[in-house]
Amino acid sequence: MIEFDRVSVVYPHADRPVLRDLSFTVAEGELCLLVGGTGAGKSTLLRAVNGLVPHFTGGTLHGRVLVDGRDTRTHPPRELADVVGVVGQDPLHGFVTDTVEEELAYAMEQLAVPPAVMRKRVEETLDLLGIAELRNRPLRTLSGGQQQRVAIGAVLTAHPRVLVLDEPTSALDPTAAEDVLAAITRLVHDLGVTVLVAEHRMERVVQYADRLLFLPGDGTLHDGPPAEILASTPIAPPVVELGRIAGWHPLPLSVRDARRLAGPLRDALTGRVPPQRTVHSGGCALAARGLVVRYGALVAVGGVDLDLREGEVVALMGRNGSGKSSLLWALQGSGPRTAGRVAVHGTDPASVVPAKARALVGLVPQTPGDLLYLETVGAECAAADREAGTPAGICAELLAMLAPGLPPGQHPRDLSEGQRLALVLAVQLTAAPGVVLLDEPTRGLDYAAKRRFTDIARGLAATGTAVVVATHDVELVAAMADRVVVMAEGEIVADGPTAEVVVASPAFAPQVAKILYPAPWLTVAEVAAALP
Amino acid sequence: MPQLPRALHPGAWWLWALGLATAASRTTNPVILALIAAGAGFVVARRRSAAPWALAFRLYVILGALIVAGRLLFRVVFGGGGGQHILFALPEVPLPAVAAGIRLFGPVAAEELLSGVYDGLRLATMLVCLGAANALANPKRLLKAVPAALYEAGTAVVVALSVAPQLAESVLRVRRARRLRGGAGRGFGALRAIVLPVLADALDRSLALAAAMDSRGYARSGATPRRTRLVTGVLVVSGLLGVCVGVYGLLDGTTPRAIGLPVLAAGLALAAGGMLVGARRIARTRYRPDPWRPAEYAVAASGIGAGALLYLTSTVDPAALYPSLSPLAWPQLSLLPALAVLLAVAPAWVAPPPPVERLTVAIA
Repeated sequence: MIEFDRVSVVYPHADRPVLRDLSFTVAEGELCLLVGGTGAGKSTLLRAVNGLVPHFTGGTLHGRVLVDGRDTRTHPPRELADVVGVVGQDPLHGFVTDTVEEELAYAMEQLAVPPAVMRKRVEETLDLLGIAELRNRPLRTLSGGQQQRVAIGAVLTAHPRVLVLDEPTSALDPTAAEDVLAAITRLVHDLGVTVLVAEHRMERVVQYADRLLFLPGDGTLHDGPPAEILASTPIAPPVVELGRIAGWHPLPLSVRDARRLAGPLRDALTGRVPPQRTVHSGGCALAARGLVVRYGALVAVGGVDLDLREGEVVALMGRNGSGKSSLLWALQGSGPRTAGRVAVHGTDPASVVPAKARALVGLVPQTPGDLLYLETVGAECAAADREAGTPAGICAELLAMLAPGLPPGQHPRDLSEGQRLALVLAVQLTAAPGVVLLDEPTRGLDYAAKRRFTDIARGLAATGTAVVVATHDVELVAAMADRVVVMAEGEIVADGPTAEVVVASPAFAPQVAKILYPAPWLTVAEVAAALP
Repeated sequence: MPQLPRALHPGAWWLWALGLATAASRTTNPVILALIAAGAGFVVARRRSAAPWALAFRLYVILGALIVAGRLLFRVVFGGGGGQHILFALPEVPLPAVAAGIRLFGPVAAEELLSGVYDGLRLATMLVCLGAANALANPKRLLKAVPAALYEAGTAVVVALSVAPQLAESVLRVRRARRLRGGAGRGFGALRAIVLPVLADALDRSLALAAAMDSRGYARSGATPRRTRLVTGVLVVSGLLGVCVGVYGLLDGTTPRAIGLPVLAAGLALAAGGMLVGARRIARTRYRPDPWRPAEYAVAASGIGAGALLYLTSTVDPAALYPSLSPLAWPQLSLLPALAVLLAVAPAWVAPPPPVERLTVAIA
């Protein structure tokens, strides 16, 4: 269905090709998972499938890409719209109309599908993706998972033979991600659609994949059955890593397969307990009482009490729209707060000027790029020192610690997601706040960058800072957090040590906990350390 | 038989509202104006949907009230003494000789005040009529009804319209984020800290949107032969150039007469020809286009009829439309304007009721 024939892609001003001499074919009805680190060329490969590379992005493509027999050299993306459906990373940016129903019909209108057929396909697609009750809703009011499903539906109505998805679940909470993946697998199984999907959070998708394409980052491609490829890749989901250290063969890809093989491992671990995460007797870093945030009739945060102790890492979880961001902004003092008090060493950050508030509580927002506005990394650091009133060089020092080797002459927009996060974190840490709040910091980070982020967060906590991370990433939480707070409908529904909260939860349990249930093991590293 | 609930064609609502606004523009009679505004409000109350834009009507009414109040204030501040019936006198502020002819405060006459109210009321009523159209019809759906050859332009406008709220949202977000860095800096530096991230964000979004539209088949030419495309392009572009030259010729008295109307007409014909050829080549369909049925004719006719009736009145009985200020006289409501107002309110019954969300019905 998709055929890459000796394909290389070079962007202007790049010293080496992003993709080098790739040849592979994807057969009809296959679900192919594309993995690789940041900058390894995943997006380039995906966009080459429907000709966006190079027709839209520029650059030079050598070789040939055939989709359903059509050469992308002679067919620009719009002429391939009836064969390939592409869903981008942020669905909201790709919406053309403003209501769900019109968005679903848009591609069909372009393809001149007869009105009667359009009407029927829209109804079918609404049912197929389970979004029928949203049909008249404005797109901007939908939750992330709903938007993603509408975006998939909007390309499906054109009945493409190939579906290309770039990080479809990276912004979604675990349950919404399950919904989207269920919809995708249904398309593969029932309709024979060929699916090519790139995903950083491999653990969510790998069990459904027929094939794995791994881009190590040097322009080459490893191609094969998932279990085979994952046996040797540097990045792998926890279930595979656990399989590696336990010596399971064949490598399990799903929790179910792993549990069936895990009997001996569970026996070997009986009597051993995971290392106690440090019990915090640190002083109170922040105390919030009765926090309420309302937007008109909507109660985003409904009377929350929260205590943060010095030196602990707290994960804030909950589905999209449960009030996590509103809570963080209200704690920092910059966001709206309808009622309640926050005390950081006796001072309410909302009652002082922003420059003082950030020295009490630092917040890294969901789009960290909003804080950056200068041309170079060095200039941003210098500005941060001035703004915080610290001696010159503090921010640059912090940055060197968080992301070593970042050239100060680089433009902040050219940084990778992980590097940009490190820069913004360094800017915020320049003011030396005792409490650091991070809103969805690991969106778009690959495994290596996440590991580095985990070390950074733990390092901060070791210096006595209280760190709160709002996230959907259960594996990150398992590796990093001392304590988990779960929110729903603006209220805290669970608050306790990580193991206690996540192990028995169907949505928030990490893979290792699911495999070794009921023993409270959370990460592969813990298990590896405990094994003789 | 009562009509089934459905959304009326937005074009019908706009024709109705423009007819009403035309009617309002023909008169300063406060009785007629108030009746027209009240009629428009009544139709909105009966036939608007629960959509967000339907709530905007209140804003137009408030804006109208502000206009009337502003006119009044203006008359009081800048001398309202031109009349027989002095209501009250304010101490006059003496101005230097340079400002001769301008008076600050002083005596205020009923005639001046009334003329201010009449004028303001006329503008306010026209505004309320347009507000009614905005509340009753989704302005974006109107754009969907443009001729096929203008489809691309229509889409561009729709996209531009949705960019505005996004931009506003982006500014709010960046400003909020700015406070996280201490919010320091004033003037140019602070402006730059907001504008640059917003622009970068807008650019990213437009690129993503363009890529999405391209990969979903926007501006697809399908099997159209190259020649047809070329002919269409040449026709439309040269036609529009002709229109520009023609308009210039018409408006500028010094150009020869031959460049005016004839060139304009030729340009229009060329452009229309190009659009017709283009419309034939465009392989595109519409999803659930708004139908134009008897109710649409009736609604459009009621608005246009109201406008026409007042137009008629202004030729046969102008005194009814412009109540006398000197001597002061009570405004009268004569037969023709009364009929016009009745006609204008007809859509409150003639138009089908708006559709109701199925979900809410199930709950209720």
